[in-house]
Amino acid sequence: MIRDFGLIDVGYLMLAARWTLLLAAIAFVGGSIAGLLLTLLRVQPFAPLRWVASAWILIVQGTPLLAWLFVFYFGLALIGFPISTWLAVIAAYSLYASAYLAEIWRGALQSIPRQQWEAGSALALGFLEQLQHVIIPQAIRIAIPPTVGFLVQLIKNTSLAAVIGFVELTREGQLTNASTFKPFTVFIVVAAIYFAICFPLTQLSRNLEGRLHVARRVS
Amino acid sequence: MSLVACRDVVKRFGTNTVLDGVSLEVAAGEIVAIIGRSGSGKSTLLRCVNGLEAIQDGSIRVGDTTINAPGADLRAVRQRVGIVFQSYNLFPHLTVEKNITLAPRVVKKISDRDARQIASDVLAKVGLSEKVNAYPDSLSGGQQQRVAIARSLAMNPDLMLFDEITSALDPELVGEVLKVLEALASQGMTMMLVTHEMGFARRCADRVVFMHQGKIWEQGSAATFFDNPKTPELTSFLSAVLH
Repeated sequence: MIRDFGLIDVGYLMLAARWTLLLAAIAFVGGSIAGLLLTLLRVQPFAPLRWVASAWILIVQGTPLLAWLFVFYFGLALIGFPISTWLAVIAAYSLYASAYLAEIWRGALQSIPRQQWEAGSALALGFLEQLQHVIIPQAIRIAIPPTVGFLVQLIKNTSLAAVIGFVELTREGQLTNASTFKPFTVFIVVAAIYFAICFPLTQLSRNLEGRLHVARRVS
Repeated sequence: MSLVACRDVVKRFGTNTVLDGVSLEVAAGEIVAIIGRSGSGKSTLLRCVNGLEAIQDGSIRVGDTTINAPGADLRAVRQRVGIVFQSYNLFPHLTVEKNITLAPRVVKKISDRDARQIASDVLAKVGLSEKVNAYPDSLSGGQQQRVAIARSLAMNPDLMLFDEITSALDPELVGEVLKVLEALASQGMTMMLVTHEMGFARRCADRVVFMHQGKIWEQGSAATFFDNPKTPELTSFLSAVLH
């Protein structure tokens, strides 16, 4: 039965957006933890561990996110490990985020001149102390804009989770459209909600960039 | 016993032999100036002495530590050997004081208060007490280099290595940095310095070492070295740099 698209539907869509936000937040935290580990593995001196981290990143970046959603949701079930939709999307999105965040952060770390590491080790700082006190504080400012940029991508890409029946903003839009058949209106509202979430983040990243006091690098 | 002993040190970068059997001893309190053309291996030698570069053959001993031995405690060595670089390499995100107190606090676990006292002492030595809260990018090159010296001194080293520390400076800023070196020299600090300041080497060094093609080609006391070069290579080098 076709009904009208009303304010109540906008309300439902906005409620569904919290699942979008929650999924993005969990994936960002999970991806950050794994991504930080990968980043450290890629800059530490022991080569085999660097290769493992590189392989992880290459594989994840070279495969579609949708494929990982299918692997975790349908694939694991087929070989006898059925997991819930929530677990499947969290696993897939964390995996996806870890690879991209690791690349962004490695780039930021490696953009700090080699001489900064050297000055640290000449002062008898160990590897982790150099990272903590010298390299990371300088790399953070460089890493923030692309990290927030990726977070925006992540939020928008949570819409793919609709494919395995995870009800978030896009899936709710599909359901609303199915009962109202107003695709134009429905998906404009959906898009506007995504924009309302992502736009402030972009602004925040610009603010942070200016405010984090990291002096310009000499030489 | 000498403070530093390099014996038959060989350093290669790939197939390029940069140090080709260098033997050099430096006594405590001695000031050794190392001169030579670029590519002669003089900077590499300094970098090997505090373990920033690994060597392929020979041995380097600093104090009672053989630093190329497997498992040598490089961190302990570096607390006793300071190095100052041509490009200062201050930490741009930290104030002058934090640049100086970082290693004493983190490596030597000195309390924040004592570390700040050390910072104020070493800044006074290099004549920059008023810059304690400045960021490096607000300082001139000469001031940055003096902060870099102060940062090394804060670890209270037995030996200081200076790697062409005035080469990146505008000519009018060289003097203030050399003055700091002279003050250190008069306080009995052991120093190895790679330099292009021949006047300074003649005035302050106890011994001058001329490196050529990865070898110590000629050395002697500062007094006789410049006036009576024995090898044609040193003669031509000196005539090139002294005009």
